[in-house]
Amino acid sequence: MTQADFVSLVMPFKDKVFRLAKRLLVSREEAEDATQEILLKLWNNKQKISDYKNVEAFSMTMTKNFCLDRLKSKQAQNLKIVHSNYQDKGHSSLQKQVEARDSVDWVSSIIETLPEQQKIIVQLRDVEQYDFAEISKMLDMNETAIRVALSRARKAIREQLTKTHSYGIK
Amino acid sequence: MVLNSIEKLLEKYDNAETTLQEEAQLRAYFNSANVAPHLESYKPLFVYFTNTQQEAFTKDVPLNTKKKSNFYQWISVAAAAVLMFGIMIPQMWSSPTYSQEEIELYNKTKNALAFMSSNFNEGASSINVLEMASDNFNAGIYKANFVKEFGKTTNKLLK
Repeated sequence: MTQADFVSLVMPFKDKVFRLAKRLLVSREEAEDATQEILLKLWNNKQKISDYKNVEAFSMTMTKNFCLDRLKSKQAQNLKIVHSNYQDKGHSSLQKQVEARDSVDWVSSIIETLPEQQKIIVQLRDVEQYDFAEISKMLDMNETAIRVALSRARKAIREQLTKTHSYGIK
Repeated sequence: MVLNSIEKLLEKYDNAETTLQEEAQLRAYFNSANVAPHLESYKPLFVYFTNTQQEAFTKDVPLNTKKKSNFYQWISVAAAAVLMFGIMIPQMWSSPTYSQEEIELYNKTKNALAFMSSNFNEGASSINVLEMASDNFNAGIYKANFVKEFGKTTNKLLK
């Protein structure tokens, strides 16, 4: 497998790996390092890549495990917390833009408070839009359990969101 | 009508029963400009999902670093080997070659030194003769000591 083959194989899902890493590790730098690590691992095992049935699912599983390990390890004790730089491309007024920006930031901080498992599932389903069969393969869980966890996560997010929305406090 | 179906979808969404198509529908609705006021609180959620989807990994992955670093490691080894052989080989192969003149000079010097050393040896042998004489003198002095001793005792007797 040449470098070009590898790049074209990895291209479709490297952003997904990065976003999952960022969801779990919060900081952009940490997530970039993690993604780099994952891609290098894949590259070093490139002879075996053809044996994997689904490289994308395999990489997502790898990312999940890698990030959870990172969080457990001592190195992660001094993770840098960097805010996601959300850009609002709406054409609304400044006031509305600021409001929207704030509430969108809330969403990310609400998701941050969820347990890791739910974070991963929300990321895979709502952001990356994988279907349940794929998610169950990646996480090695059955679909019902995933649905239950996802439902819990969504309800928790919505509850927080309506609270902040109706009171306007955070 | 649309609103009604959106509300139904949201309920299904909260129970994690929506399909991907239905979720796409919800996302499209909440990203549009006219969202019903009582559903406004959902808006940031779906806007957030749509926005994060666009985040991309921009860092380059250095895929070939391993090979390069290996190559540089071996370069130092090669340099050391070249240096070693560079010093060793000239010393082993080059037998000393001297011109005729130098050989003559060398022989002359050798002869002169040999002549000098033979003269030295002669001198040393004549010194040996002196040494023998001094030995004899020492023996004489030793014997004279006997005479001295004899004199002392005779003096004692005469007293």
